[in-house]
Amino acid sequence: MTDFERRSVISGIGQSAIGRRLNRTGLDLTLEAARRAVADAGLEMSDIDGISSYPGGQQGAMSAFSGPGTPEVQDALRLQVNWHSGGLEGAAQLAAVVNAVMAVGAGLARHVLVYRTVTESTAQGSGKRQGIGVGGGAVSGSMQWTIPFRAYSAANWLAVNAQRHFHEYGTTPEQMAMIAINGRRNAALNPNALFRDPLTLDDYMASRMITTPFRLFDCDVVADGSTALVVSAAEHAHNVDHSVARVEAVGTALRGRPSWDQFDDMTTMAARDAGAHLWTRTDLKPADVDVVQLYDGFSFLAMTWLEALGFCGKGESGPFIEGGRRIALDGELPLNTHGGQLSAGRLHGFGFIHEACIQLRGSGGDRQVPKPVDVVAVGNGGGPIAGAMLLTREG
Amino acid sequence: MARPTRVLPSIDNENQFFWTSGADGLLRFLCCDDCSYYLHPPVPECPRCLSRRLSPRAVSGVGEVHSYTVNHQSWDGDPDPYVIALVALPEQDGLRLTTNIVDTDIDEVRIGMPVQVQFEQHDDVWLPLFVGVAK
Repeated sequence: MTDFERRSVISGIGQSAIGRRLNRTGLDLTLEAARRAVADAGLEMSDIDGISSYPGGQQGAMSAFSGPGTPEVQDALRLQVNWHSGGLEGAAQLAAVVNAVMAVGAGLARHVLVYRTVTESTAQGSGKRQGIGVGGGAVSGSMQWTIPFRAYSAANWLAVNAQRHFHEYGTTPEQMAMIAINGRRNAALNPNALFRDPLTLDDYMASRMITTPFRLFDCDVVADGSTALVVSAAEHAHNVDHSVARVEAVGTALRGRPSWDQFDDMTTMAARDAGAHLWTRTDLKPADVDVVQLYDGFSFLAMTWLEALGFCGKGESGPFIEGGRRIALDGELPLNTHGGQLSAGRLHGFGFIHEACIQLRGSGGDRQVPKPVDVVAVGNGGGPIAGAMLLTREG
Repeated sequence: MARPTRVLPSIDNENQFFWTSGADGLLRFLCCDDCSYYLHPPVPECPRCLSRRLSPRAVSGVGEVHSYTVNHQSWDGDPDPYVIALVALPEQDGLRLTTNIVDTDIDEVRIGMPVQVQFEQHDDVWLPLFVGVAK
């Protein structure tokens, strides 16, 4: 019996307009992305029999982060589905894709529309990045352990991880800068990226400190946009006129305590477990991977993913990326070829899987890596939240 | 020193002992009466021995900076930098608190720095903060 993963392909991809303060609703953007993805998959909307999203519809201020829930999208598209799912808990943003792959593998659905939509830029308006819980009432649940200490942002929580990594392994700001600089270099070749002007090491070092060791350019940029995928039964690969991404393996494990501040090894985080799990579900090895798309909500997270997925040893991501040659488009392990969330915009996880499919198809245009791309690794999430996926080219 | 505005924890039956512990100057964690394992955050049964005989137990109040960040972004309108730290308690490996280092020169804060608890009272909540201790 083959593993469930290999019964699925990502047959179609689509994105809405992506930008700052588009002043369009999440549903509007989602429908635009969905129609493009379904057409790209060579399907009619009536062929879609499943729908999946992260993090599910949320109310009030959270709706700009969540986008529309699956009932809203299902209704707007008049879908008749055999399977539907949306939620926040799971293997990071990739959980929505993993769930779709499981549904197809289990025979519950044949073509699943998967999407992730954000309108955080419009919600932010001309104001500054908001902290969590600021100005609100008393906090409960896990937030009570951080917010009262004015740790209002994942920037604060993850800076503590980064500082520990710097301390244990001698990691430097100049090394970490390469994630941001590499992303910007690639974004210059991506017409849909939000920030495309060159970024130098001097610019990076001169940018204002947010929370040590994170400077402004270590933090991603909020965006408006929707990314949609169609996860199809593998046989459908033969019906489309382009290469597709076959799902080779997923990594969903979480073995450390699921907590921002109680995780056993603060230099690794949950990516450690999801990354290790991924390699137990495939015969491929890190050396087989041609391109990596690794979550960079904060630059440091991409470094932890490089370690978690075994592209370098534990604690060695600093020297691994130093100077930036190795992770450049023409390097041995091109990273975040679209610019990542730092420069292309915070599409929150799904930008990476979209770009993985682009690179596997060879449709990256100016940013296509100059070598054959057969295997791409994707890592999503930070802190206690992580999911990984390995995709291979079919056709 | 002016105290910052804070968003406070919502008090319930499970966490009340923790957030009011500082009333007598002592830091307490929930602890298993049977195997002496500290449970943080508090939960209704001991994950190590499964006992439900649990009660708050005072700790020494000393600790060590496991990691930290100096926050410069003005999230809550206060422009002054401040230290958010993860403090490790010596009573149990992995027993930690996210907290602030206060009344300490920000430039002096280091990983491994010894610290001592100091409570900041807001009505019926005593927040456990820490102060650097000279070696």
